[in-house]
Amino acid sequence: MAYSSENIATMNSIIARYPRKRSAIMPLLHFVQAIEGYVTSQGIEVIAKMLELETAEVTAVSTFYTQYKSEPVGEFHVGVCINTLCAVMGGDEIYKSVSEHLGLGNDEVTKDGKVSLERIECNAACDFAPVVMVNWEFFDNQTPQSAKDLVDGIRSGNPPAPTRGPKTLRTWKQNSAVLAGISDGLAGEGVSAGEPSKLGLKLSKEGK
Amino acid sequence: MSKLKPVLSANWDDADSFTLEGYRRNGGYKASKTALNMDPDAVIQLIKDSGLRGRGGAGFPTGMKWGFIPQNDGKDHYLVVNADESEPGTCKDMPLLMANPHSLIEGIIIGSYAIRANYAFIYLRGEVVHVFRRVQQAIEDAYAAGLLGKNVNGKGFDLELVLHAGAGAYICGEETALLDSLEGFRGQPRLRPPFPAIAGLYARPTVVNNVESIASVPAIIGNGVEWFQAMGTEKSKGFTLYSLSGHVKNPGQFEAPLGITLREILEMAGGMREGHTLKFWTPGGSSTPMFTQEHLDVPLDYEGVGAAGSMLGTKALQIFDETTCVVRAVLRWTEFYKHESCGKCTPCREGTWWLVQALKELEAGRGTSADLDKLLDIVDNIAGRSFCALADGAASPIVSSMKYFREEYQRHLDLGSCPFDPIASTLFSGARA
Amino acid sequence: MTTDVAVEMITVVIDGFEVTVPKGTLIIRAAEKLGIQIPRFCDHPLLAPAGACRQCLVDVEINGRAFPKPQASCTIPVEPNMIVKTQLTSPVAEKAQQGMMELLLINHPLDCPVCDKGGECPLQNQAMSTGRSESRFTGVKRTFEKPINISSQVLLDRERCVLCARCTRFSEQIAGDPFITLNERGALQQVGIYEKDPFNSYFSGNTVQICPVGALTGASYRFRARPFDLVSTPSACEHCASGCALRTDVRRGKTLRRLAGDDASVNEEWNCDKGRWAFKYLSSKERVTSPLVRGEDGELHEASWPEAITRVAAGLAGKRAGVLVGGRVTVEDAYGYAKFARVTLGTNDIDFRSRPHTDEEATFLASTAIDLKTTYLDIDKADHVVLVNFEPEDESPIVFLRVYKQVRKRDLNVTTVAPFASRGSQKLNANIVSTFDDVKNLTEKSVVLVGERAAEVPGLLSAIAATKSAKIAWIPRRSGERGALEAGALGNILPGGRPVTDAAARIDVQSAWGVESLPAEAGRSSAEILTSLNTAGGLEAVVIGGVDPVDISADALGQLLNSFVVSLEISHSAVTAIADVVLPVAAVTEKAGTFLDWEGRERSFDQAIDGTLTRSDVRILSMIADEMQKPILLPSVTAAAKELLSLGKWDGAKVAKPSLPSSKQTPVSGNQAVLTSWRQLIDLGSLQAGEENLAATARPAVAVISAKRAEGLNVSNGDLLKVSNERGSVVVPAQIADISDEKVWLPRNSQGSQTIVAFGAAEGCLVSVVKA
Repeated sequence: MAYSSENIATMNSIIARYPRKRSAIMPLLHFVQAIEGYVTSQGIEVIAKMLELETAEVTAVSTFYTQYKSEPVGEFHVGVCINTLCAVMGGDEIYKSVSEHLGLGNDEVTKDGKVSLERIECNAACDFAPVVMVNWEFFDNQTPQSAKDLVDGIRSGNPPAPTRGPKTLRTWKQNSAVLAGISDGLAGEGVSAGEPSKLGLKLSKEGK
Repeated sequence: MSKLKPVLSANWDDADSFTLEGYRRNGGYKASKTALNMDPDAVIQLIKDSGLRGRGGAGFPTGMKWGFIPQNDGKDHYLVVNADESEPGTCKDMPLLMANPHSLIEGIIIGSYAIRANYAFIYLRGEVVHVFRRVQQAIEDAYAAGLLGKNVNGKGFDLELVLHAGAGAYICGEETALLDSLEGFRGQPRLRPPFPAIAGLYARPTVVNNVESIASVPAIIGNGVEWFQAMGTEKSKGFTLYSLSGHVKNPGQFEAPLGITLREILEMAGGMREGHTLKFWTPGGSSTPMFTQEHLDVPLDYEGVGAAGSMLGTKALQIFDETTCVVRAVLRWTEFYKHESCGKCTPCREGTWWLVQALKELEAGRGTSADLDKLLDIVDNIAGRSFCALADGAASPIVSSMKYFREEYQRHLDLGSCPFDPIASTLFSGARA
Repeated sequence: MTTDVAVEMITVVIDGFEVTVPKGTLIIRAAEKLGIQIPRFCDHPLLAPAGACRQCLVDVEINGRAFPKPQASCTIPVEPNMIVKTQLTSPVAEKAQQGMMELLLINHPLDCPVCDKGGECPLQNQAMSTGRSESRFTGVKRTFEKPINISSQVLLDRERCVLCARCTRFSEQIAGDPFITLNERGALQQVGIYEKDPFNSYFSGNTVQICPVGALTGASYRFRARPFDLVSTPSACEHCASGCALRTDVRRGKTLRRLAGDDASVNEEWNCDKGRWAFKYLSSKERVTSPLVRGEDGELHEASWPEAITRVAAGLAGKRAGVLVGGRVTVEDAYGYAKFARVTLGTNDIDFRSRPHTDEEATFLASTAIDLKTTYLDIDKADHVVLVNFEPEDESPIVFLRVYKQVRKRDLNVTTVAPFASRGSQKLNANIVSTFDDVKNLTEKSVVLVGERAAEVPGLLSAIAATKSAKIAWIPRRSGERGALEAGALGNILPGGRPVTDAAARIDVQSAWGVESLPAEAGRSSAEILTSLNTAGGLEAVVIGGVDPVDISADALGQLLNSFVVSLEISHSAVTAIADVVLPVAAVTEKAGTFLDWEGRERSFDQAIDGTLTRSDVRILSMIADEMQKPILLPSVTAAAKELLSLGKWDGAKVAKPSLPSSKQTPVSGNQAVLTSWRQLIDLGSLQAGEENLAATARPAVAVISAKRAEGLNVSNGDLLKVSNERGSVVVPAQIADISDEKVWLPRNSQGSQTIVAFGAAEGCLVSVVKA
């Protein structure tokens, strides 16, 4: 896929955010994923050229971070937290059931390109454990059944809304664009905070 | 009277707490006005006097960090906010940024003004898109309201604020790795000295602060040093967010003065899940040596936790009951450290590779008591030998679990398998499903 | 910045011994001063500290306060009141080091018996000194597909790598070529390239040399030898005037590899890939192995030395003869040619310049270049470096590394008089100016590095010679030119810079040589020698050293026909093909000798290989002179060196400086362009013959044109261009750069673009540029 002049203009605006242009490499890699779904060789070459870097230097950065994918992922990328707390509280069972349900192993994609699966590390939502992320949106307090329902919803074109996030689940590419700093205007959607986040506040108001 | 003290979380039950309007309705952006009328050095002094210490884990006095920045050196200065929250169990900054991003922005305005920085960055972990949206919107709204950009609040102070998404690397929570990452390199820690205060971002004087530390600043400016100092303990002043998770009835965020105990928090949270007892817990994430029942009354402040042999860390209270296999828990954390080791130094890179294999054997019940001693000796060759603290973190769960639960390791070896049923520890095993 | 201010000294105690070292010295190096070897992998004295391998942990205390953990001695500078305990006195440090070694080995394969590094491997050695006798690791080792070619000449076995990052740091910090990087993360971290862009750095071989394990190996040496089978001889590089110290490793009479030698004031510990890998020509099948004499049948026949020498003497007797020395001779051989021309042939028709040259240049060399004393150290201290028609990365790579070092270290200001920003200039962040007149800000601390191509711009060397405010250096490409200049192998000077037209200078030499007179008229240049052959009253014979005629002009070979030609050569060449007598000379590994690098610094070397081809040029010339009964009495290299030394430098009046005005470039129109070119480091040079792995890393030929010209021709980067004149053409891809709209740049001697062959010229001629 070629980068349109509009894409290049966007990339230049990303570069312009920073005092030194090399700093733009990470949002540019997110942007490449927004355009192509993963970090392609073309994406690496475009970034190298724009930042006046060697392609090897861009490769070195893109392979360091796990969110940058060197192979295509699904339109909906499902991450099951298997760090200790989530795993113990059910993450392992969730991963197992989703994996069997989809017939996918770690880092694999369904043939139709719709869903991919990844074992992910702690995603800073432990009071909502066990946690599943889809395209890096929170799906809190999951069970094996709710997770299977979640992927079934995705495959049937009716993905459920994230627990704390926008009203409708966005695609991998759309969310990659957000991470590149391109606003989708959905910040106002969703709750301010989940119930556990407000628990202390609630207790304090109750005088406990 | 409640033992809790919601400050940052005080308005999280407002449906619009994350908006500029919601924040202002509750008194937001008054503190930054006050601060911008002060001399920058006076702001630094005030934060020094308050006793605020870093909430990201290390507990370094925030005001002192600001004071290290050389003034009138003719160089650009930078304020960088560490929002890479990735320490297992830690889940305070993400809800804070989702529900109250303006408290951080206001803290950034004050902090940047104090250290004479005209450029600030928020390095936010990339795996939380909705948090990114909230913070970005808040920044855009702050710019539109004249709170950021040229001539902030009409005070002749310029401040650019850039939100930067990480991309999945725990090590970028280490401040020098974060700076390398922000400069567009692999996020591997830098040699120190020079310290960031002298040569940080782009080799310029830089302060790197945790989200919660900076977000606490407006409240301190607004309410005063005495107000802040009235909370907490002798050397651990003020309020902070404790994150309770795991086998408890009601997990969640508890904002309270430093020094509260787990027993107190657990009582408020309704205790352990029904029919179960506390086995082990972390006071501040997986890198802090684990505690057991006997530590329920340890004051959760920097000194109290330290004296009991662990670290306050991120105040991530991960609670595990008697259904949990400690060997399995430790193996999983070790796999995390292996996954997140940056690869730069030998002990961390090779050590975590070895430890995972060694622990897998033990969890499966293969080995002898000599292998337990060997495990401790391998850890001894890793901890305190690495380039940064990541390997020390990897050592913590192993060493502390062996200290309190060596017999459980031995039981695996005696049985030739793991004596625990993993289903029993899940939430859907019946207790809270 | 380098200053002459006295350095503060600090005394520390290491293992109970005091040592005093300059402030800033790292603990690991202070310990070396005491002879205490702390094991290490990532540490390298010329690279920025990494602290990555953690092998060098020691206990440190300062002012009575001990660090709670052992510290990496490669990252911590000494401080006053510091007490260090290494593995020799601290059980903690000893255990830390043993533990680290065990960790390094858990994933290292046990393939030492088939590894090139085995026997000279820091990991192997330190595993013996610091490791456990038995590993406690019983798990699964990390494996990778092996080996992978990261370039045609460098192979990578990732499972052997200890991730010390020496190679990646070298590539970035020293060479400025971050084509290899650390990729992936954690236990999977590995050195790698971007899949489509190989490690084609001119300096890539250094990474093989500094790799502390067998992870990086050279394709040409892999599996060829065991280190303990090699005989090593310190040597000097013959490829250019940078002056690298080398080590030549020979096995059973055959050179198997060459390594960069260690000379802090010249090449530090580096060399370029040409110097490292281009030595197959030494053992090529094309070597001339015995004297050859052309028979009645027109063919060359093997002959005995006396027979061949007799034939040479007879052929030269009574003829007007000139001498073409070539630019690759040692100073001793050059002296032999210089004396042979004057004493035996009675002529000043001698020239070492086997490349485009002018009389203005000869005057510049005799008047100015001969006295230049600028050195590498001046580059280190310079406030401004100016490159004049000189591309150091291509034409003198170690000079490039030295300038680049200062650019990185202190943002040294570099200006280059060049048609466009080459890759080397980009790395130096150089300001590009089109003429020397445009150079500003020259002070007495500035250094002006003048390339041999300055001769190709009329008036330029005159302007350089008139420059007073800066240190000047003349940097020819070839290794023998500075020495040949000193030895008097040029038509206007005798040895030591004595003008041939100066009677006192001649008398000086006459008395040393024991001859009654020397020719007093300045001699012909290389081109003039060639053009005078076969002309009425012109030359009738020529003695030729290692010369590619096409380097001088496209017509040179034709001009040699029908004259008596004596060729002193190592290999069969265009000249031997038409020579009347061919005399085999020793190659650089087969003889002793001295090069003078561009600084004028002596680079002496000994014979590295015993063999039959051990006659240096000077000895053969002496034999001919004897036969002609006009002896030069230089039976050996040592004799030549001794005599040249005793002659010394001329302290009388020099040849007057050149004063040629600069000339205006003729305006071009339409598809016309003015050609400009230089030789790339790796190209079709004859000393690179036979090394295909090296050749495959050459920068491909391109035609550099301006954006405006490209637009006019409707071409983009990579589209083929045809550059031609009435003699010939080349067709190569276009590369658009910030070059004058009136110019086109081509590589001078690369695959697909040999400008002298194609156009009869290398610089300044008019060519037509069209879309191919």
